[in-house]
Amino acid sequence: MTHQPVLVRGASLLGEQTADVLLVDGVIAELGTARVDAPSDARVVEADGLVLLPGLVDLHTHLREPGREDAETVRTGSAAAARGGYTAVLAMANTSPVTDTAEAAERVHSLGRAAGIVDVQPVGAVTKGLRGEELAELGLMARSRAGVRVFSDDGKCVADARVMRRALEYVKAFGGVVSQHAQEPTLAGATACCHEGELSGRLGLPGWPGVAEEVIVARDVMLARHTGSRVHVAHASTAGTVEVLRWAKSLGIQVTAEVTPHHLLLTTDLLGGYDPTFKVNPPLRPAEDVEALRDALADGTIDAVATDHAPHARHDKEHAFVDAAFGMLGLETALGVVATVMVESGRMGWGDVARVMSTRPAEIAGLAGRGDQGHGRPVAVGEPANLTLVDPAASVVVDRDDSASLSRNNPWHGRTLSAAVRATFLRGTPTVLDGQLVEIGATTEGSLT
Amino acid sequence: MKKHLLSSDDLTADDMATLFATAAEMHDVQRREVKKLPALRGRTIINLFFEDSTRTRSSFEIAGKWLSADTINITGKGSSASKGESLRDTVLTIASMGVDAVVMRHGASGAAQQVSQWIDAAVVNAGDGTHEHPTQALLDAYALSRHFGEGDRLGSLEGRHVVLVGDLTHSRVFRSNVITLTRLGARVTVVAPPTLMPAGIASWSSSAGFATSYDLDEVLPTADAVMMLRVQKERMSGGFFPTSREYTVGYGLTRDRLRVLGPEVPICHPGPMNRGLEIAADAADAAQSLILEQVSAGVAVRMSVLYHLLAGEGTA
Ligand SMILES: [Zn+2]
Repeated sequence: MTHQPVLVRGASLLGEQTADVLLVDGVIAELGTARVDAPSDARVVEADGLVLLPGLVDLHTHLREPGREDAETVRTGSAAAARGGYTAVLAMANTSPVTDTAEAAERVHSLGRAAGIVDVQPVGAVTKGLRGEELAELGLMARSRAGVRVFSDDGKCVADARVMRRALEYVKAFGGVVSQHAQEPTLAGATACCHEGELSGRLGLPGWPGVAEEVIVARDVMLARHTGSRVHVAHASTAGTVEVLRWAKSLGIQVTAEVTPHHLLLTTDLLGGYDPTFKVNPPLRPAEDVEALRDALADGTIDAVATDHAPHARHDKEHAFVDAAFGMLGLETALGVVATVMVESGRMGWGDVARVMSTRPAEIAGLAGRGDQGHGRPVAVGEPANLTLVDPAASVVVDRDDSASLSRNNPWHGRTLSAAVRATFLRGTPTVLDGQLVEIGATTEGSLT
Repeated sequence: MKKHLLSSDDLTADDMATLFATAAEMHDVQRREVKKLPALRGRTIINLFFEDSTRTRSSFEIAGKWLSADTINITGKGSSASKGESLRDTVLTIASMGVDAVVMRHGASGAAQQVSQWIDAAVVNAGDGTHEHPTQALLDAYALSRHFGEGDRLGSLEGRHVVLVGDLTHSRVFRSNVITLTRLGARVTVVAPPTLMPAGIASWSSSAGFATSYDLDEVLPTADAVMMLRVQKERMSGGFFPTSREYTVGYGLTRDRLRVLGPEVPICHPGPMNRGLEIAADAADAAQSLILEQVSAGVAVRMSVLYHLLAGEGTA
């Protein structure tokens, strides 16, 4: 692919000083607070008033390919990611078949390469078939071309303490991390679908108590301490989990955690109408939990925002609430939610957004240090030109039909969110411009300046 | 009244009074030799039962027939999900046959409410999972009103202390009854071991205005009526209580408790009963038992509900 140089003119770096940024051959070639001259063949992107961030990295994406290509494919999910400002996503292993071998991981990885819209980094299953019994071929996945570093049975909890202990020990050999879907299954069974509390009592929905998450997080941090390994808490959802994390971090235990945009803004009372759009696992929690999660994200106790983007075909959601599929879309709206909840309120600046949506996720996933292929790197000369350009002043009414995803289970439909992604660059090539997807390969010869 | 009857919360106290007055008239019809009324002639009612319940289904079926509606039964356990068809598709297919009302029983909480958003026909919730069973609560309250009335005049439930005992967590009868009874002015106490109380009941009871207790013997002496709830056998292995013997000692309406209750206090049970577990045979068969009256009240109340939902505007 030809690399047409791009000059991003007058963007505010992480919301601070203004600069011209020249992208050549996949890297940031020049960066100047004074005017940078554009090469004659460059595309110039006017970025006055826009904020330039390192490209976003999602630790938790469900792409559904292979197995449920009617809900999402690697390509459509990648497109949704780019529209959301992402340059890399970690594709969860609960596909069909499960990503529990090197071959399966390489296949997802190469589908991502072929689509060429974001870097798709497969997550490997912890156990064969996500059954929670025997370890999957963790080492072979790590050594494969996909270079898997994150392992998760997400959708299911690695509930057996002995299996979890072995997984944590084993991944130390190649610097891996186990990302745990914390849900103690005897406390919150397969049908649990509503935060356990007054509302679940009134609605007669099987309760999913916060303690079912907290006991697993508590157990896993102790196992991480015992094994000297790294554990990552997927979609933390309760104040109790935050307390455990804070305590574990104070002891120097290697634990990291993510929170989803929906757990930062939506509350359990949305379930009052039994609308399966709001059915997600873990469930939406009460306002007190939401508040604790916001605090924890702001103070770094929670490291990252991860979408848990979970596309579903319409007919999988149009069942009775307890029978409907878990999950909601998230890639295209995540930045808007974070801007609305954390930036608009003054709790975080754009530098913090870069930390929780790019730098830390890339570090956790092992994507930060790979030379010019890296993600979540500083916006500086010589660094890979994986970048996102955001309009902080925008306000967007979400329309579920304005989406690159194949699915429409969008909990934000009709809501107004702050900020908007204007452009995304993967190794210097725009994947999104003016908020719209760029047809890859068709836009390199430009006179759009 | 609203278009659908999905929850007891859909009915005001006035709605309930209207339904009861009509039910009393319908009740008279049941004593006639020819039981048919022409009120719903030409109307089609589908009894859509995804979960077995001969008792409720036949009650609705008789109610529809006595009002001269065409009633059709469609049954099938979890039929939609098992065939890979969504609930919405299943129900739209049925509704497209030209139906005026769907009486729906489903094993999932909220199913009737969801369906009401997808189809034009009136939806009557005939029991949704562990959520609600509004016509059961209406018939319970109606049976109690008759009991407390004189002759054919219905009595008031205002200030009467009604005690509900049993598996509250999994009981849709409890959820609908607590709304209906408090709305009619009754004082309600619910009694269960802590493991069978729904999550968050402390805040719920204080906002909804009913009392809770773990101690049946403390509550029973002040009861004006007792409603025993069925303990589902499949719950007994779920660790909610140690043994059926222990349950009966703690929460059963035993012969000893029947004595404490005295002969004037009516006993209700939505059926089917576990004799010897939540209710002793002596209590079930006692003169003060309203259990059979509940069944006949059920037909009258369901006739009234169908009549008010369907015989409104646009009726032939
Ligand atoms: Zn998960």
